[in-house]
Amino acid sequence: MALDDAPLRTSELNHWFGAGEARKQALFDVSLSIARGSLTVLVGPSGSGKTTLLTLLGCLREVQDGSVVLLGHELHGARPALGVALRRRLGFIFQAHNLHESLTAMQNVLMGLQVKGRVDKATAERAATHALGLLGLSDRMDYLPANLSGGQKQRVAIARALVGNPDVVLADEPTAALDRESGANVVDLLKRLGEARGTTTVMVTHDTRILDLADRVLTLEDGCIVGDQQR
Amino acid sequence: MSRLLEILFGRLPIGWLQLTHSRTRFAAALAGVAFANVLVFVQLGIMNSMATATLRPYSFLNADIMISASDSNALSEGGNVARQWMLQAMAHPDVTAGMGLFLANVNWQRGATTLGLTTFGIDPAQPGFLSPDIAAKIGPLQIQMAGLLDRLSRGLPREEAAGIRPQSPLSFETSGKTLTLYDTFAGGGGFGGDGYMMVSDQTFLALLPARQSAAPDHILLKLRPGADPETVSTELRALVSDKTLRIRSFVQAGKDDLSYQQTRRPTGVIFGFGVIIGVLVGIVIVYQVLSTDVADHMREYATFKAMGYGQGFFLGIVLEEALILGLFGFIPGALVATGLLTLMGKLTTLPLAMTPGMIVIVFVGTLVFSMVSGAIATRRLAGADPADLF
Repeated sequence: MALDDAPLRTSELNHWFGAGEARKQALFDVSLSIARGSLTVLVGPSGSGKTTLLTLLGCLREVQDGSVVLLGHELHGARPALGVALRRRLGFIFQAHNLHESLTAMQNVLMGLQVKGRVDKATAERAATHALGLLGLSDRMDYLPANLSGGQKQRVAIARALVGNPDVVLADEPTAALDRESGANVVDLLKRLGEARGTTTVMVTHDTRILDLADRVLTLEDGCIVGDQQR
Repeated sequence: MSRLLEILFGRLPIGWLQLTHSRTRFAAALAGVAFANVLVFVQLGIMNSMATATLRPYSFLNADIMISASDSNALSEGGNVARQWMLQAMAHPDVTAGMGLFLANVNWQRGATTLGLTTFGIDPAQPGFLSPDIAAKIGPLQIQMAGLLDRLSRGLPREEAAGIRPQSPLSFETSGKTLTLYDTFAGGGGFGGDGYMMVSDQTFLALLPARQSAAPDHILLKLRPGADPETVSTELRALVSDKTLRIRSFVQAGKDDLSYQQTRRPTGVIFGFGVIIGVLVGIVIVYQVLSTDVADHMREYATFKAMGYGQGFFLGIVLEEALILGLFGFIPGALVATGLLTLMGKLTTLPLAMTPGMIVIVFVGTLVFSMVSGAIATRRLAGADPADLF
């Protein structure tokens, strides 16, 4: 049941790593609400908690304390099956492309659709072709990752994340491996998805070029939100 | 192949694509599975041949009940049985005939080689105790020092065996006596001898003067039609005075002999262990291949986990790989094993051959052990944590 329109909300979110004397708090009372269709950028120094927050928002870690509401579902104490089901509505873009080396670009992108259940093969291939085309890879669809450049691999990974029309995209340095023009195209694509489909994007980046395009910039330091700029 | 599997699974055949991505590694994995299959096939082939060889001499005879000494675990093992117990058994109303069966190894020195013949001493006046093929040829055994030879004996040239006929008999010396072979029958080399020979009980006693007419190795009984050998055996155990004797139906005696050869004789136990070792080698090879494959693709699996793929999907991939390894490893394994068994059969004249039963058993077994290995290998998937990807 949807609690409100914001696809992502946290309230007094705390998170720790380790146990006993080695236990270290990574997030301190993080409360935020991210609007539907927006492009939010998380910035901050290494170890500030950006990645931890991203993984908690993406159901990749168990919520220890506080609340995370994703797409209307409370994640604190949620069953693992709910996490799996919710992740199918998300798009993940990792800093490393993590493409499957045995699958072609087309097949890797199809994996982003197959997770949603049985999809008509022709429809799935049309969608994958379209996604790869949007990222300028129409002529590389049958290439294995080993035969693609770093930037091309990253664009395949982005196509894989976007092909299933995710409600939320969680991205970790998605443009790090891309040249200026490709990076700008990707961010522009994410912006357009937000406007056209209401896709919400939360992105960790050190790329200052992206900050100008973001709707909101959240700054984390030592596990706390120390800056929140709306644009 | 990829298309076919895609239709079959209703998804991308990731297992197939993953395995075939590195052709060299795939070929090595298949060779490993094929090797395990060859091991199992050869051991099974030898076990089967042992069964065939053990039961073969029983097929020369035609009886309902066999009386043996207490220590007689096999046809060619154990002490003698006093003929008087045959006479006592024949007092049973269902017993219609009895015959003493003598058994010994007779050597035929042929130049540099020696043919070891398991020799049966039978009463030529009672052809009903023999298989129809042999019974039809025992006429000459009425003659002293006459014999019938196993034409498939190991080391006996086929042309020479084919020349042995009543009108062209062949004589040879053994134990200082001349034995004349008048005809042949089909047997074959076994684990205990190179072949078989049939002689009359009188000839047998002449060849082996230490043996006594009153003490054959076994006593064979025929029953009236319709009598149950098991029931009569039970009744005979009460009737015959010597309670230490083994009185069994002839069929049961064959089964006991086979069980003894396979489970209590060193050769049978070794071949049995060979099969187990082959299966274990197969499990270890498939597990090693699959668990290495899982470890090599941990980041990809973690990515799929992050995308929302469940445990069933990963289990499906690993089991798909296990099935492919099992299936594609089985084919060359079966072919190589067929060739090896044929070659071994020719070299040893043992009844070694690939049988449909072996193919079915090993095929199903291969798929099962591959799946078991796959299921064990999926435990490594727990290490694929998508949170580590960021």
